[in-house]
Amino acid sequence: MTVRSTSQPVAGDLPTRTVVVWCADWPAVALGRPFERPVVVMRANRVVATNPVARALGVDIGVRRREAQRHCPEAELIERDPEREARVFEPIVGALDQITPRIEIVQPGTCLFPARGPVRYFGGDGPLAEQLMSVVNAHLTTPTRVGVGIADGAFAATLAARRSAASGEPLAVPPRATPAFLAPLPVSCLGEPELTDVVGRLGLDTLGAFAALEAGDVVARFGTVGLAAHRLARGFDLRPPHLDEPPIDLDVEYLADPPLERVDQAAFVAKSLADDLHERLGSRGLAAVAILIEATTTSGHVVERRWRHDGALTSTAVAQRVRWQLDGWLTHTQGHASRGAGSLARLRVCPTEVVPDTGRQMGFWGGADAASIRARRGLARVQGALGADAVMVAQWSGGRAVGEQYQLISVDAVAVAEDESFDLAPVGIEPWPGSLPEPPPALVWPSPRPAEVVDAAGAQVRVDRRGGCSGSPARLSVESGAWVEITAWSGPWMTDERWWDAVTHRRRARFQVFTATGVAHLLTLEAQRWWVEATYD
Amino acid sequence: MCSILLAMTELATLIEAIRPTVLSGERIHDVPESLRPLFPLGGLARGSRVRIGGAGSASVCMAIVSEASRQGSWVAVVGVGAWGWSAAARAGLQLDRSVFITPPPTSQWGTVVAALVDAVDVVIVDPTHQVTASDARRLAARSRERGSVIIEVAIDDGRRRFRWPSDPDLGLMVETVSWSGLGQGHGTLGDRWVSVVATGRRGATKVRRTDVLISASGVVVSAPTPPEANRHLRSVG
Repeated sequence: MTVRSTSQPVAGDLPTRTVVVWCADWPAVALGRPFERPVVVMRANRVVATNPVARALGVDIGVRRREAQRHCPEAELIERDPEREARVFEPIVGALDQITPRIEIVQPGTCLFPARGPVRYFGGDGPLAEQLMSVVNAHLTTPTRVGVGIADGAFAATLAARRSAASGEPLAVPPRATPAFLAPLPVSCLGEPELTDVVGRLGLDTLGAFAALEAGDVVARFGTVGLAAHRLARGFDLRPPHLDEPPIDLDVEYLADPPLERVDQAAFVAKSLADDLHERLGSRGLAAVAILIEATTTSGHVVERRWRHDGALTSTAVAQRVRWQLDGWLTHTQGHASRGAGSLARLRVCPTEVVPDTGRQMGFWGGADAASIRARRGLARVQGALGADAVMVAQWSGGRAVGEQYQLISVDAVAVAEDESFDLAPVGIEPWPGSLPEPPPALVWPSPRPAEVVDAAGAQVRVDRRGGCSGSPARLSVESGAWVEITAWSGPWMTDERWWDAVTHRRRARFQVFTATGVAHLLTLEAQRWWVEATYD
Repeated sequence: MCSILLAMTELATLIEAIRPTVLSGERIHDVPESLRPLFPLGGLARGSRVRIGGAGSASVCMAIVSEASRQGSWVAVVGVGAWGWSAAARAGLQLDRSVFITPPPTSQWGTVVAALVDAVDVVIVDPTHQVTASDARRLAARSRERGSVIIEVAIDDGRRRFRWPSDPDLGLMVETVSWSGLGQGHGTLGDRWVSVVATGRRGATKVRRTDVLISASGVVVSAPTPPEANRHLRSVG
């Protein structure tokens, strides 16, 4: 690879000067827990966010549940809730909307807007940033660090905002100084772990060193992912600013009659609007990177919000954002008579920035992809009939109890592109100490079924503290049913869980039994009561 | 008039000649090798309804659908709250193409299952109520049209059992013959021997029977008779 001097941005490809407002640890902050207590946010058994208290105790992003608990047993481990994140962020965006229009939400906790107009109005970068910071801080329900960054391009502005959050002071990178600002930063800022790992091992530790490579060489070695990263490192936007207005007839609209008042209705509307939009864009070979969601309340008040995404927004992603947004509006307009009666009469989604859809290659015969599209559409219909949470998928979460190893989660949490199967967390291969030996039982009762177990003399079988049985289990009756003979049994296996906590402490003895009717059960004895926990059906 | 008739017969022969061949693979969803003898077509016939009952029905159901799932089919489990996902994953069910639907209210059961029959290849149900004749007819027609399979698994959970108004196309009766590994106060459950009897209608009237071994790791293999060593575990019921 040849190393040459940084090529200067050419006219026309100059990134838009952008302001980014960033709230640190948003997934944890949005939960509204007291900030002095450790909070850890989980997704698919991995830590995705923490608050400063948990971080100080050594909980890192990306570690497993078990490790997070080891570092910080008193922490509250909470599943990630993107809807809540968006809902809590909505009032803050609403307040920023008073300062400047055209705010685009990148994800809950991060929003951006073009700097030109507002900077001129407030008389400079500094006054604008001060104003933004004070507004956001005033509307935060749980205090967190807030950063405001101004730079050429969204990428540099985001990095500036993060640094500003650490220092507590707004950070404005002077115009045309973005490459110099980026140059000393580590390559890991690019957020492509696979790429930055290789780049780092080539001895290119900083964005500046990476940017100094010839673009052609980067493409040759790292492909399109590398090219995109290289553009960012040189201080350009991901793609040249797109000035063409998207065709007007791409907008999709929904007239709600009766007006939308509940969030679950909104979810259904969001899905159908998103599918419609996706189809219209698809027929022109386009994909949206930014959308405008506009709602008219029954009193005629119009609210609008913009969402942006670095990659193209898929149908599912659009549906998600529309749902979050409607959720936010419906929640926050209730009790505010001035903003409408809390019901939405008309809804419009329009793509504000489109790019050619580079798409993905389908299977040659359409095979698995076609089946997935069919399945996902059908499942959406079932969600429409029964509610979004009625369709679930089983995801590995680990654990020692029989019903704990796979957890049912809503399908929306793992849904990706429509022609793909679900994006599940990988199944752990590490053994869980104290878990049951193979085979796993085919039936795990949602709530354990009460049972009675007696020995040959007809007395209830008991287990003492040391795991000694009062007699051999001889007969079993499930839910006061007929007595059946136990022909083989094994146990007791004692488990003593959470002995350090008086409330959640559980001491149980487990047995495997095989009955004369040909059924094998997993029985549990807890506090001198027998339960059928699972059946080897 | 005569020439029209002639043209019609010609057309009929032409249709016969150019009609694409229907391969057996297009009429069935594959099942594991060892369970093939149970099925008249050598696999789950598309558009049919299969009922699985007896001790071991859930495990046999998981084993049957695992092969189709591996080959890219989607599987939906409706309202079987006790479905053991660890066991299903162990049997080979692909969880990224499997969904669980919470039990629908009785009034919506037919609609929901019909939507699923449209959407996925295998629908596993355990009705919590009497299936109405109209629902049953509608589902049969839909599944024939879509080429999907409805598997009715009878879970013995102490509830009253509900029935379909008509017999299934194929009925499998499972009997767990013995388990290895479990003694009197020692050992753990390991492999098991299962005997499955199939009866049906429409070309499946012959009673078929097969004996298989389901290993602790979820593999299903043909195994004619349980070894002598485990005779003391034989079920007597």
